[in-house]
Amino acid sequence: MSIEANSITKKFGQFAALDEVSLEIPSGELVALLGPSGSGKTTLLRIIAGLEFADSGTVLFDGEDTTQRTARDRRVGFVFQHYALFRHMTVFENIAFGLKVRPRGQRPSKEQIHAKVDELLRLIQLKNLANRYPSQLSGGQRQRVALARALAVEPSVLLLDEPFGSLDAKVRLELRRWLRQLHDEVQITSVFVTHDQDEALEVADRVAVMNKGRIEQVGSPDEVYHHPLTPFVYNFLGNVNLFHGRKIVN
Amino acid sequence: MATAITLRAGKFATTPRVATAATTESTAVRWILISIALCFLVLFLFLPLAIVFSEALRRGIGAYWKNLLQPDALAAIRLTLLAAGIAVPLNLLFGVAAAWAIGKFEFVGKSLLITLIDLPFSVSPVVSGLIYVLLFGLQGLLGPWLARHDLQIIFAVPGIVLATIFVTFPFVARELIPLLQAQGQEEEEAALALGASGWQTFFRVSLPNIKWGLLYGVILCNARAMGEFGAVSVVSGHIRGRTNTMPLHIEILYNEYQFAAAFAVASLLALLALATLVIKTVVEWRARRQLAESTQWNGGEQVV
Repeated sequence: MSIEANSITKKFGQFAALDEVSLEIPSGELVALLGPSGSGKTTLLRIIAGLEFADSGTVLFDGEDTTQRTARDRRVGFVFQHYALFRHMTVFENIAFGLKVRPRGQRPSKEQIHAKVDELLRLIQLKNLANRYPSQLSGGQRQRVALARALAVEPSVLLLDEPFGSLDAKVRLELRRWLRQLHDEVQITSVFVTHDQDEALEVADRVAVMNKGRIEQVGSPDEVYHHPLTPFVYNFLGNVNLFHGRKIVN
Repeated sequence: MATAITLRAGKFATTPRVATAATTESTAVRWILISIALCFLVLFLFLPLAIVFSEALRRGIGAYWKNLLQPDALAAIRLTLLAAGIAVPLNLLFGVAAAWAIGKFEFVGKSLLITLIDLPFSVSPVVSGLIYVLLFGLQGLLGPWLARHDLQIIFAVPGIVLATIFVTFPFVARELIPLLQAQGQEEEEAALALGASGWQTFFRVSLPNIKWGLLYGVILCNARAMGEFGAVSVVSGHIRGRTNTMPLHIEILYNEYQFAAAFAVASLLALLALATLVIKTVVEWRARRQLAESTQWNGGEQVV
């Protein structure tokens, strides 16, 4: 499903978190929202998810206006920065939650739910930990459970907020490769927020660089890295030497 | 309560501090401190409790039962159970709603609401009783209107229930606010994004996460509701067999020199206190673990 955000503005009090931001995400693409903290990337993601509402602007899914719909009706998979797993449920129950809360008519049978959860557990390689509680898992394992839980409802869009933010360097590296693989397998339109340049450049099909509530540049990793449009993008994406020059006209 | 400290200290709050050679005291000092604490406990806690039971049973177990089964005593027990039976569920409802609003949402007047919730703690119970007399009494603000419609609140059961509700209001809310704040909103948001309705989110995600804190608040609320004296005393009118709760009945019996009877009813309240203490200890332990887990959780630390 394609996502289209049109001139989104969002203010928290006096602070403009987003200022007339527009972004188009074609179906099936994996896009990174990259920027320093406070640049508005998480706010944009939450507005796309329907967890937050914009002051002005529209969000379209496949050309259909979803601006007024809540997160519940948008059918998005959302992975939270701190995972937000249900702490009193086992891994199995966590993943099954989205299926179990469906209205009676659309709810799959017990066997179907079981099969679906088993399949997802295999996908995240945690089949033997189905009966553990989240507090008994490592950070990387929790992250994968959060992903499986979001995927269980077969969302049309997958949104991830700093998915690797609170993991140690080694696990982070493994998990981001795994996410890339997963995306190649499932082919679901995905957006993830990150402040880590390497992560965005390595994982994403396209990168949107954000600064102070605006999008500075959108392009493939190659494009934004080799042809930065603004000094900010240039600065943010690598260690740079900035030479100031003066043009002398005779 | 140690909540604020727990919040700040995060996961370290659960590690007990171990005395090292540098912080420990000499044996003599330790024994002196322990004996002072023990003396205090015996003098002010155990001794009164023991006296209550020994006085109650002084004339034998038969007299004890006879005292308890007097019609007036039974009426007082019934009324106390009724008042607590109404006040506790209502305050459970109000408390959860108020704590929910404060813990999960930002709105104008939030600190005012917190202050209002604490009001029953800071106002003397006698004064809160008087407020109801001034409101609903015959000479009160709504008195004439109530009299015309033949409704009696003061010196009747409704007044007692109202006073009990007022006095015990903060217990549930106070217990839940720090817990809800520590837990944040992420789990609820996750549930909503997964397609759960508001009710499903509340009953399947929010409620299980606060159940121990909630139970703890309810136990404290109940103990206070049954033991409340001041506020109820003002609005009750002390009509024997009709508007006397257990604490009021005890006072009347005592003033009439019926010591054995007074202590017999008092022993029931003491038993309630002991039972509350035991349940409280168990629940408190679970509740604290829940809070500690919540703070750890949102700290996002890793257990590898």
